[in-house]
Amino acid sequence: MAELEVSRPILEANDRLAQANRQCFKDAGVKVINIISSPGAGKTTLLEQTLTRLKDRLRLAVVEGDVQTTEDAQRVAAVGVKAVQIETRGACHLDGGMIARVLPAFDLNNLDLLIVENVGNLVCPVEFDLGEDLKVAVLSVTEGDDKPSKYPVLFREAGVLLVNKIDLLPYIDCDIERIHATCRQLNPSQVAFDLSCRTGQGVDAWADWLEAWVKA
Amino acid sequence: MHELSIAQSLLDIVVEEAIRHGVSKVRRVGVRVGAFTNVVPDSLSFCFDLIKEGTVAEGAELKLTPVPLAGLCQDCGAELDMSEAVFSCPQCQSANVKVTQGQELLIDYIETDEG
Repeated sequence: MAELEVSRPILEANDRLAQANRQCFKDAGVKVINIISSPGAGKTTLLEQTLTRLKDRLRLAVVEGDVQTTEDAQRVAAVGVKAVQIETRGACHLDGGMIARVLPAFDLNNLDLLIVENVGNLVCPVEFDLGEDLKVAVLSVTEGDDKPSKYPVLFREAGVLLVNKIDLLPYIDCDIERIHATCRQLNPSQVAFDLSCRTGQGVDAWADWLEAWVKA
Repeated sequence: MHELSIAQSLLDIVVEEAIRHGVSKVRRVGVRVGAFTNVVPDSLSFCFDLIKEGTVAEGAELKLTPVPLAGLCQDCGAELDMSEAVFSCPQCQSANVKVTQGQELLIDYIETDEG
């Protein structure tokens, strides 16, 4: 019996692709965010609301990840922002290679911000670096205030937390303070916004922050 | 079920290492899985067993070693047990904490009958 030392990260192939993406974004001077949430948390509505506010202030484009359908890309295109859909055909997450393959569809040198909407899932997308600068976690209050403790890796990795659907708070048992307390434990430097993409409440503050972050 | 993607990446590395070392049969693969990763060890083993057929790792079992989350306070130097996933120092309250283990997903070694 012989033991051979390997000592290699399992996801090194994805990490290499992600690192190449990151260099490509840096060279082009474009910032990239990766939006992650469970299905139905409101990512696409958030995108519509955010893009509407920022499309005259920043040069924007979107990568839409979904298991199936191009509906989301069409919703984004309706706002007047270029969107490319990745249909993962069953895969529960985007990876560095999928992003690399759609990059030729964009004129990165003439973009300020590329927004990637990941496949709706609180678990899998977190393990796969895409080359983004920032992960944004979206959690809707209807999912329950226990989600950050149940899915801590995402809420640790996310630089920004958006708590969505706060217009529904009067009708449900969700302790929004518990969400924030858990997330502060997981990531003390995380930036958090409470908002409702349906009413628009709080969306301006998030959009203003995002614009300032892109220009910083 | 991202464990399937992870198992595929794992198998790719095992096959590559086997070729590099001239190994024709891998008996065991040692993997370290951090507690603070989204990987379910049983799912990873299950997926690995599905895809290893017909490769040098066909007869190989995964030996998964869980690694608890731990860190080091960069301000007061305290060694932190982070099993509760609190990323700040309980002694000096600093948020300047460096994770030292528990986030890895690493192939440690492969074992073979040969050599």
